[in-house]
Amino acid sequence: MAPRFQGIDFYDADSLLSEEERAVRDTVRDWVEDELMPVIAEHYLAGKFPKELVPRMAELGFFGANLPEEYGCAGLNNVAYGLIMQELERGDSGVRSFASVQGALVMYPIYAFGSEDQKKTYLPRLASGELIGCFGLTEPDYGSNPGGMITVAKETKDGWVLNGAKMWITNGSTAQVAIVWAKTGAIDDVASIRGFIVPTDAKGFTAKDQKGKLSLRASDTSELVLEDVRVPKDALLPNSGGLKSPLMCLTQARYGIAWGAIGAAMACFDEAVSYAKNRVMFGKPIGGFQIQQVRLAEMLTEITKAQLLCVQLGRLKDNGTMTPQQVSLAKRNNVDMATECAREARRLLGANGILAEYQAMRHLANLESVYTYEGTHDVHSLILGQEITGLNAFGA
Amino acid sequence: MSHVLAVVEQRDGALRKVSHEVVTGARRLADALGGEVHALVVASGPVTGADQLGRFGADRVVTVTGDGFARYAPEGMAAVVAERATAGGHGAVVCAATATGKDLAPRVAAKLGVPLASDVTDVAVEGGAVVVTRPVYAGKANLRLKVTATPAVVSLRPNVFTPLERPKAATAEAVATSTPAGRVTVREIKAAPAGTLDVAEAPIVVSGGRGLKEPANFKLLEDLAAAFGGQAAVGASRAVVDAGWRGHGEQVGQTGKTVSPTLYVAVGISGAIQHLAGMRTSKVIVAINKDKDAPIFKAADYGIVGDLFEVVPKLTEEIRKARG
Amino acid sequence: MKIAVCIKRVPDSEARVKVAGDGTSLDAAGVKFILNPYDEFAVEEALQRKEAAGTGEVTVIAVGPAASQETIRTALAMGADRGVLLQADAVPADGLAVARALAAELRDGGYDLILCGKMAIDDQSYQVGPMLAELLDLPCVTAVTKLELAAGTGTAEREVEGGVEVVEFPLPAVVTADKGLNEPRYPALKGIMAAKKKPLEVKPLAAGAAGVAVLGMTLPPERQEGKIVGEGAAAVPELVRLLREEAKVL
Repeated sequence: MAPRFQGIDFYDADSLLSEEERAVRDTVRDWVEDELMPVIAEHYLAGKFPKELVPRMAELGFFGANLPEEYGCAGLNNVAYGLIMQELERGDSGVRSFASVQGALVMYPIYAFGSEDQKKTYLPRLASGELIGCFGLTEPDYGSNPGGMITVAKETKDGWVLNGAKMWITNGSTAQVAIVWAKTGAIDDVASIRGFIVPTDAKGFTAKDQKGKLSLRASDTSELVLEDVRVPKDALLPNSGGLKSPLMCLTQARYGIAWGAIGAAMACFDEAVSYAKNRVMFGKPIGGFQIQQVRLAEMLTEITKAQLLCVQLGRLKDNGTMTPQQVSLAKRNNVDMATECAREARRLLGANGILAEYQAMRHLANLESVYTYEGTHDVHSLILGQEITGLNAFGA
Repeated sequence: MSHVLAVVEQRDGALRKVSHEVVTGARRLADALGGEVHALVVASGPVTGADQLGRFGADRVVTVTGDGFARYAPEGMAAVVAERATAGGHGAVVCAATATGKDLAPRVAAKLGVPLASDVTDVAVEGGAVVVTRPVYAGKANLRLKVTATPAVVSLRPNVFTPLERPKAATAEAVATSTPAGRVTVREIKAAPAGTLDVAEAPIVVSGGRGLKEPANFKLLEDLAAAFGGQAAVGASRAVVDAGWRGHGEQVGQTGKTVSPTLYVAVGISGAIQHLAGMRTSKVIVAINKDKDAPIFKAADYGIVGDLFEVVPKLTEEIRKARG
Repeated sequence: MKIAVCIKRVPDSEARVKVAGDGTSLDAAGVKFILNPYDEFAVEEALQRKEAAGTGEVTVIAVGPAASQETIRTALAMGADRGVLLQADAVPADGLAVARALAAELRDGGYDLILCGKMAIDDQSYQVGPMLAELLDLPCVTAVTKLELAAGTGTAEREVEGGVEVVEFPLPAVVTADKGLNEPRYPALKGIMAAKKKPLEVKPLAAGAAGVAVLGMTLPPERQEGKIVGEGAAAVPELVRLLREEAKVL
C-alpha cells in the first residue's frame, strides 16, 4: 500500500499560507487520497467521469468555493480556491476540470452577470451539486477565436431563440444547465455577444459525448447542438455584454488551472521519487544514477517555482489587482512545466510508466488537453507578447 | 523490601495464559525490590490454573471472589485491586496490557492516585525506583521512564515477558469480598469462531495482504496456520481489512493490533510502515512476496521471493512434515 | 445533549522519529502534526450524537502547547461548537496529571457524555480516558467499536482477545473510541471558515507534581539484515531448516 501523499514543499510555501488555507488544502488532499485515487485509473481506462463522487465533493464545498456564503458557497479566498484546484488535479485533471467548469465557468458568470433572482435560483443548487452546469463558448470552427462564433440568439416576443453548435464542452452531456454565449446582433458583431442560462432539457437542445478521446478520459466532453431552442426573457444574463464577459470567466478558470497544473506535477514527481528509490537495476536503486537525478532535480525546481508564483498570484487576486495577463503567465508556465514533469516522470518509470497503475502517463495525456484548452499555450504567449510590446501579433 | 502485586486475568473461571507473563514480570521486579510476588485473581469462584502460578514465581496466590466477577467487572475489580494494593503496602502493581488490562490498570492507578506505566517491554529497579521501557510512536522509539510514585502501577505488553519457570512454594488464599461489581456490566462475550487464537496472543502469526488477490484465498493461510497445530493465528494487513476480506480483529498494524509473536510470516504483504509498526518486535519475521523489492524484505529475517500460491502450500506441507 | 471530547495534537503517523537534543523527546523539526486519529472517532461520535438528539453542544478540550489551537480548530471545523485549550509547552508524561487537569475543567460542566480516543498515537499510553472517569466518578467503557445510547443507559461493544465484549452502563459516562466506531467526516470547507468564529478559550495548564520522570528516548536497534533464502517453492525446505536449526522457532 503506497504511503499517503504528503505534498511537495521544498521552499516551505506552507509558511506563506494561513491556517485556514492549509486546512482547506488538507481536506481536499485527504478526500482525493481516500475517495478519488482508488477509483481514478479504472474510470480513466473506461472513459467514464466518476459522477458518483459529485455529491461528496459538493457536500464538502468544493464547487464555487470562492463565491459568497450567502449563495450557499464556502466564501473562501482565492489562494484557498487555488489550493482546492491543485489538490483535485493532483488526483486527475478531468476531475479538476469538472470543478473548474462548475465553479468558474457556470457559477461565476451567474454571480458576475446574473440578476439577483438568477443568483438565488441557481447558485445554491449548483453549489450543492443538485444541478450540474456546462459552459458553451467554443465552437467547432471557433476555438482560439471565440469572437468569431456563429451561435446566434434572436429576440422574440417572450424571450429568445438560439441556434448554433458548441464543441469540447466539459460536463455537456450530464449538465442540467448550460451557460451559452451567443451573438444577439449581426454575425460579425462581437459586442453583441451575451450569455444565456439554457436548461439542457429545452426542446431543440442536444448534447452528445465526443468519443475516441485519448486525453481527459475521466471527464465528459460533449458537442452541444441548439436548434431553435426557445428560452424565456429571464434566461439572459443581464449584465453580460461583449467578448469581455466570457473572457472574464475564462480568467477565473485559468487562474484555477495554473494551480491545478502544480498538483499534477506534484503527483508525477512524488511517484517518480518513490519509484527511483525502490526500483533496483545494476545492483542499486535507479535514483542513484546521474541521469535520473537530473530529471528529479528539474522537476522539483519547476514545481517550486510554480508554487511560489501561484501564491503571489492568489494574493494579487485577493487584493483585487490581478490582471488577466498575470494569469496568462501562470497558466502558460505551469501547464507547460507540468507536462514536462509528467513526461520525464513517465520516462523514469520505464516500462512500468505505460501502465494505468502508475499515474504519470495519465497525467501526461491529460495535460496535453490542459495545454490546449482555456487558451492554448501559444495564445497565452501572444497575450503576454502584446502586454510586453503593446503590439498585436494575433493575426488578422 | 517491597512486595509486588501481580494482577492476573481469568475468564469464566479459567486463568488466562497471559497471567504467566504477568507473574514472570512481577517476579523480575520483586527480585530487584527484594520482595515477594502476590498473585491476585478476582473471580466469582475458584479459578482453574491459579494453582500453577507458583511455577512462575508467585509466593502467594490470592483468589478474591464476589458476585458479578465471573467476567471482567471494571469498577468492582479496580476497587478490589486498589484495596489489596493499599492494604498490602505493595511497592508495585503489575498487570498485562491486554484489552482488559488496558481498561483496568488506569482505573487502579487513578484510584491509588499514582501514575501508570503502560504497555512496557522491560522493567527494572534503579536507585530503589521502578524504571520501565516502553515503545512510543508506533515502536519507532523507546522511552525509559522512572516511576517516582508508590506503588508503581505497570502493565506489561503481551508476548514480551516470556514465561520463566521460577518455582516457589506458593500459598493459596481465598477471600470473599462484598465489593459490588459496579455500574459497568459485561453482559456477554460474543466469541470469535471456536479454536481461533487471537493475533495478539498467538505465538505464531501468519498474515496476509493484498497479494492474496481474493478473500477466498485466505484459506491458504488458514491451512498454514493449522499446520502449526493450534499455535498460530491468521492476521491481516489494513488493506484487506478495509476491503472487507477479514475482520478488524485480525488487523496487524498501527491502526490494528500490535503483535509480538515468536514467528511472524508475512504473505503477500508489501511492508508499509504502518504494518511494520504492528509486528516489528516479532522474534523472527519471514516474508513471502513475488516482488523482490518489496519493503517487507528489509524487515524480514528470512525471505522467499516467489509466487505465494506455490510457496505457501509447499510451506504448509513442509511444516506438517517437520512437526511429524 | 451536552458532550465533551478530549483531543490531542500528535505527530502524523508517517513522521520520521528523531530524538531531540534533550535526549528525552521528539525532535519536532519538519514534523507534521494532526488531530489524533482515535480522537477523530470521538469527535465524530459526539457530532453524530448531537445531530441525532437534534440539539446540544459539543465542547472539545485539549492539553498541549499553543499550536494545539489549530488541532482544536480542526475539530471545530468538523462541527464542534466550542473549544478549550489547557496550555502547556509540553504535555505531561504523567497521564494522571493530564487526567486531573481535564477533570478539573470538565467536572462542573454537566456533560451527558465524555468521549476520548482510546489512545494517542504518540505516547500510546491508553490511560487518560479511564483515569478521567475515575476522577469524575463516572462509569467508563474503553476501546469501543459500537455504541448505542438510550435514555440514561448505554450499550457498547469492545474487542477483547478471542471475541467482542458487550457492555452495559448508565449515563453520564466516559467512553473511549476505537477504530470502527464510525467514519470521521472531513472538515467541510464551510466548516473550516466557520471554525474561526467559534469560541476557543485558552487557559494555562495547572500541572500538579509529576509521578514519573522521562529518563531518555532512544531509537530501537536496527534489525540485523535478513536474507533471501531463495526463489519459489523450491526454497521452502531450506527455509524450514533455517527456522528449525538457526532461528529455533520450530
